[in-house]
Amino acid sequence: MIENFLSMFTYPFMIRALVVGTLVSLCASLLGVSLVLKRYSMIGDGLSHVGFGALAVAAVCHAAPLAVAIPVVVLSAFFLLRLSENSKIKGDAAIAVISTSALAMGVLVLPLGDGVNTDIYNYMFGSIYAMSGEDVVLSIVLSLIVLVLFVLLYHRIFAVTFDEAFARAAGLRAGMYNMIIAALTAVTIVLGMRMMGAMLISALIIFPALTSMRLFKTFRQVVISSAAVAVVCFFLGITVSYLFDLPGGASVVLLNLAAMLVFSLMSMMRRGKRKE
Amino acid sequence: MALIQCKNVSLAYDGTVVAEQIDFSVRRGEYLCIVGENGSGKSTLVKGLLGLMNPVSGTIEYGDGLTRQDIGYVPQQTNVQRDFPASVREVVLSGTIGRGGHTLFYTPEQKKTAARAMERLGIRDLEKCCFRELSGGQQQRVRLARALCAAGQLLLLDEPTTGLDPVVSGDFYGLIEELNRQNGITVIMVSHDMGPSLRSATHVLHIKHRPLFFGEREDYLASEAGRTFMGGYGHD
Repeated sequence: MIENFLSMFTYPFMIRALVVGTLVSLCASLLGVSLVLKRYSMIGDGLSHVGFGALAVAAVCHAAPLAVAIPVVVLSAFFLLRLSENSKIKGDAAIAVISTSALAMGVLVLPLGDGVNTDIYNYMFGSIYAMSGEDVVLSIVLSLIVLVLFVLLYHRIFAVTFDEAFARAAGLRAGMYNMIIAALTAVTIVLGMRMMGAMLISALIIFPALTSMRLFKTFRQVVISSAAVAVVCFFLGITVSYLFDLPGGASVVLLNLAAMLVFSLMSMMRRGKRKE
Repeated sequence: MALIQCKNVSLAYDGTVVAEQIDFSVRRGEYLCIVGENGSGKSTLVKGLLGLMNPVSGTIEYGDGLTRQDIGYVPQQTNVQRDFPASVREVVLSGTIGRGGHTLFYTPEQKKTAARAMERLGIRDLEKCCFRELSGGQQQRVRLARALCAAGQLLLLDEPTTGLDPVVSGDFYGLIEELNRQNGITVIMVSHDMGPSLRSATHVLHIKHRPLFFGEREDYLASEAGRTFMGGYGHD
C-alpha cells in the first residue's frame, strides 16, 4: 500500500496534477469565502460552464486552450457580476441562461474536432492527464498571482464582503474590488476545470468555505481553515483516485463533502456540550 | 459655516426623481433627525450625503473642514451580516480602512483607533466575540464603533434601531445623545421611528419627496407637519 502510494510521485503527470491542483484549490477556497458570503456561489458555477464552452471552441480551432478561455471567462465574470448586482432575483435566472447556453454550445462544437466523446467526457468531469508542460508553468504563475493578490487585499476584501455600503462610504472603491474578486475567480476556474471538470470545479470554491463556517467564527479563522481543508481534501482525493483507479475530480468533491459532514458533526457536538 | 449644506437638491433613483427641492444645513454639534415615511426618499438622500450618488440638480457642499471621508456611516443591517463569521475586532478595525491610505495592512495607529472606539462604546470585552452571536443592541454598538473609527466628527445613521426592542432602542438613542452632547459629535439620523428618535434631536428635516419641514425640534413639534406625523406619540 505504502509502496503503491509512493509510486504516485514517480509519474510526472501526477506531480503536475498535484502541484497545479494544490495551488488552484488554495485560490478557489480563499476566493470562495468571499463569494459564498456575498451569495455569489452561482457565479462560480456559471463561469465553469462558460469555461467549458470556451475550451471546446479552442480545442476545435486548435488554439491554445488557456489563452482563449481565460479572457472569455474573465469577461463573462464581469458580466455575471453586473447581472447579480443589478437585480438580485432575475440575476440568478440570467446566470442559468448564460451557463446552460455556453454548455450547449460546447457540446455542439466539440464533435466538430477530432477526438469527440472522450473530449466531452474529459472536459465535463476532468482528467488528471490534462495538464501539459506549458500549461503547468502558466497555471503555477497565474495561481501564485491570485494568491498574492488575495493576501495583499485581504483587509479590503473583508470590508467589501462584510458591508459594501459602509466600505463605499469610507472611500473604498467597492466596485473595483468586486471586479478583482470576479476576475480572480474566473482565472482560478479556468485553471482548475480541466483537471476537476466543468461540472465539478465550483465545488472547490463553495465547499471549503461552507465547511469552515460550520466551526469557525472569525473571518481569519474561516479563511485559514478553508485553505487547509481545500488542500487536504484535494491531496487525499487525488491519492484515493490514484490508488483505487477512480475519477480524480469526483473523488476530491466527495472528500470535500465528507469534510463538511465531519465539521458539521463537530459543530453539533460543541453546541450540545455548551447546553449541558 | 455649515458642515453640510444642501441647496435645492434633487436626487433620482433608477431614473425616477425620488427627492427634490431639498434644502437644509447641518452645523457642528447639531443633532439632525431626518424623518419621513418608508419610500419618502430618505435612503436616497443618505446616498447623496455620502457622495455615493450625484444630485440631478442642486448642490451638496461640505464645509468647516469636513470632507466626505469624515462621515461615519452606520448603514442598515444587511442579510449578509446575519450569518457572517467575523469577530468584533475584525468589524471595528475595518472602519479604519479608509484612513490607511494605500497601506495594505493595518498600522499600529489604526489598531489604536479601533481599540479607543471599542473602549468608548463599552465593547472592549467583546473584542474576540463573534459578531453574529451578539444581541441586536450589541451589534449596533459594534457598527457604531466601526463608524467612529472611520470618522470622529459626524455620524450618519440610517434607521439604526430597526429590529431592536423599545428598551434596547432607548439605550441606543441615549448612547447617540451622549456622543452628541459630551463628545461634540455631529449627528444626522434617518428614522421612521418618530417619537423616541426625536427626543434628543436639535433639528428636524421631514421629507415626503419634498421637504415638509426643516428647523428646530421645538418648532417642528408645534408645526402642522409635526403634529400630524407624530400622531399618537404626542409630546414627550
